[in-house]
Amino acid sequence: MTAFVIRRLLQSVLVLALMSLLVFVGVYAIGNPVDILINPQADQADIARAIAALGLDKPLAEQYLIFLRQALAGDLGKSFTYDVPALQLILERMPATLELALTATGIAVLLGIPLGLWAGLAPDSWAGKLITTGSILGFSLPTFWVGLVLIMVFAVELGWLPSNGRGPTTELFGVPVSFLSWEGIRHLILPAINLALFKLSLIIRLTRAGTREALLQDYVKFARAKGLTNLRVVGVHVLKNIMIPIVTVIGLEFGSVIAFAIVTESIFAWPGMGKLIIDSINVLDRPVIVAYLLVIVGLFILINLAVDIVYSLLDPRVRISEAKA
Amino acid sequence: MMQREQTPLARIASDFGQSKLALCGLAMLTAILLIALFAPLLSPQDPYDLAQLDVQDSRLPPGSKSGSGLTFWLGSDDQGRDILSGIFYGLRISLMVGVASTLAAVIIGLALGLAAAYFGGRTDGLIMRIVDIQLSFPAILIALILLALLGQGIGKTIFALIMVQWAYYARTVRATALIERRKEYIEAALCLALPPARIVFRHLLPNCLPPLMVIATVQVASAIALEATLSYLGIGVPITEPSLGLLIKNGFDYMLSGKYWISFFPGIALVLTIVSINLVADQLRDALNPRLQQ
Repeated sequence: MTAFVIRRLLQSVLVLALMSLLVFVGVYAIGNPVDILINPQADQADIARAIAALGLDKPLAEQYLIFLRQALAGDLGKSFTYDVPALQLILERMPATLELALTATGIAVLLGIPLGLWAGLAPDSWAGKLITTGSILGFSLPTFWVGLVLIMVFAVELGWLPSNGRGPTTELFGVPVSFLSWEGIRHLILPAINLALFKLSLIIRLTRAGTREALLQDYVKFARAKGLTNLRVVGVHVLKNIMIPIVTVIGLEFGSVIAFAIVTESIFAWPGMGKLIIDSINVLDRPVIVAYLLVIVGLFILINLAVDIVYSLLDPRVRISEAKA
Repeated sequence: MMQREQTPLARIASDFGQSKLALCGLAMLTAILLIALFAPLLSPQDPYDLAQLDVQDSRLPPGSKSGSGLTFWLGSDDQGRDILSGIFYGLRISLMVGVASTLAAVIIGLALGLAAAYFGGRTDGLIMRIVDIQLSFPAILIALILLALLGQGIGKTIFALIMVQWAYYARTVRATALIERRKEYIEAALCLALPPARIVFRHLLPNCLPPLMVIATVQVASAIALEATLSYLGIGVPITEPSLGLLIKNGFDYMLSGKYWISFFPGIALVLTIVSINLVADQLRDALNPRLQQ
C-alpha cells in the first residue's frame, strides 16, 4: 500500500512538473513575455525595471528555474486588473466554486439514485421510459445551452429565481457560504441544477443499468424466496451491490464538475474560480491565467491521487496489478 | 432471415434502417449538412455583407419585415442581421471545426494506437502513459488551458479540439489492435513473412476501423458541443467567423430583457445537430456490431 501511494505521489509530482513546463513554454517561449507579464499600461522605465526583475534578459533554462522557484514560494505575480497577488485572488474565489460543485454533486446523487432505481425496477412503465429519455437528453444537450434555457424560463419568463450572482453570503468557520440564507439558496438553485444535470444523467444511467443487472442475480431471487419485503430486497440487497461503481464514478467525476463549473459560473455570473479565469482571459490578465492553470492542475492531481488511493482501498485488485507493474 | 450473398455494406445499411428514430436522425443530419454546404444559396441574406445590414432592423422579433422588405422568419440580431441566415452560416463553421478536428485526431490516434499495439514494450508504455495522464483531465479543461495560452482563432480552436480528442482514439485503437493481433489471420500473415508495414496497414488497420468509426461519429457531436461551449465563453472562434456557439453568446445579453430569439434559435440548431449525430451514431454502433446480428 505504501509503495502504491509513493509511486502515485511521484507520478503526480512528475505531471505537475510537466504542466509547469508547458505553462512556462506557453507563456515565455511562444508569446512575448514582456507583453504577457508586464502591464501594458506601464511606461518605458517600468517595463525596463520589470524585465530586469523578472530576469527576462537571462537564458531560457535559468528563467524556468526562477519561475519554478517563485511558483513554489507561492509568488505567481500580481493581477493587472485587481492589483493583488494572483494566487490570493484565486484562493478567495475557490470556496464559491467548491460550494457550487458540492451542491451540484449532492443534487445529482440525491435525485439520480432514486430515479435510476425507479427506471431500473420499472423499465417499461411510462415513468421509467421518461427517466431514461431524460437522461439521454441530459447527456447530449450542451450544458451552457441548458443553462440559458433555465434562465429564460425561471428567471426571465416566470421570474421565480435570480439569474446571476451569489447573493448574500454567511460566514461558516471563516468561509463565506451561500446555503445558510434563503436568499443565498435562491441564488444557488439554478446554477447548481445546471451543473448537476450531466452528472445526474450519468448516475441515473449507472443506477438503472446496475439495478437491471442485479435483479437477475441469484441473491435477489434468494432474498425474494425467503419472503423478504420488496423494500428490503431493493433497499438493502440491490442498493448495496450497485453502490460500488456509483461511488467510484462520483469520486472520479468530482474533478470534472469543478472543470464544468467554468461554464456554469460564466452563465450565471457566479463569482468562483471559473468565472475569474474566463474574465481574465477576456481582459488578458495573464498572471491570473498562469496562476489559475497551475492551481487547477494541482487541484486535479490531488483529486486524482485521492481517488486512486480510495479506489485501491476499496478494490484490492487495483493495488495488486499496480504492485506488479 | 439475412441472405447470404449480401455485401457487408448492404447488410449494415439494412441493419441501420431497422430503427425509425435513427432514420429520422439521418434525414435530419443530411438536411443539416446540405444547409451548411449550400448556405450561401439558401440564406435570405449574406450575414457578412455589411452593405445588406441596416441598424434600424436590429432586434426585430421573428416574422417581422425589414426595411428592405425581407422577412426575418426567426427575427434579427443586434446588427440587424437575419438570424436564419446567421444560423446557416454558423452551421458551416461549427460543422467544419467539428469534422476537421475529429478527422485529424482520428489519424493521430490511429497512428499512435497502432504503434503502441504493434511495437509494445517501451513505445507502448510511453504512449499509454501520456494517454492516461491526458484522460485524467476533463476535455474542457485541456481545451481551456490550450486556448488560454494560444489565444482565439479557428485554427487554434481546431488544434485544441485535436489535442483533446486524440487520446480516446489512441486508447480504442490500441485495445482493438491488441485483440486483433492475436487472431489467426495475423498469424497467417506473419507466417507468409509479409513485411510489417503490409501487415499493419492491409490486415490490422481495416479490422480496427469499425469501433473507431462509431466513436468518431459520437466525437464529432461532442467536438461541436465543446467548440460551441468554448466560443460561448469567448475563447473559441473569433467574432468575424461566428459559429453557433458565438451566435448564442451574442444574444445572451438581450435574452435577459425578453428578446429570446437571438440566442434561442441558434441554440435549437445546435441541439438538433448534436442530437441527430448522436441518433445516427447510436444505430451505427448496433449495425457495426457483429454480435447483434440476427
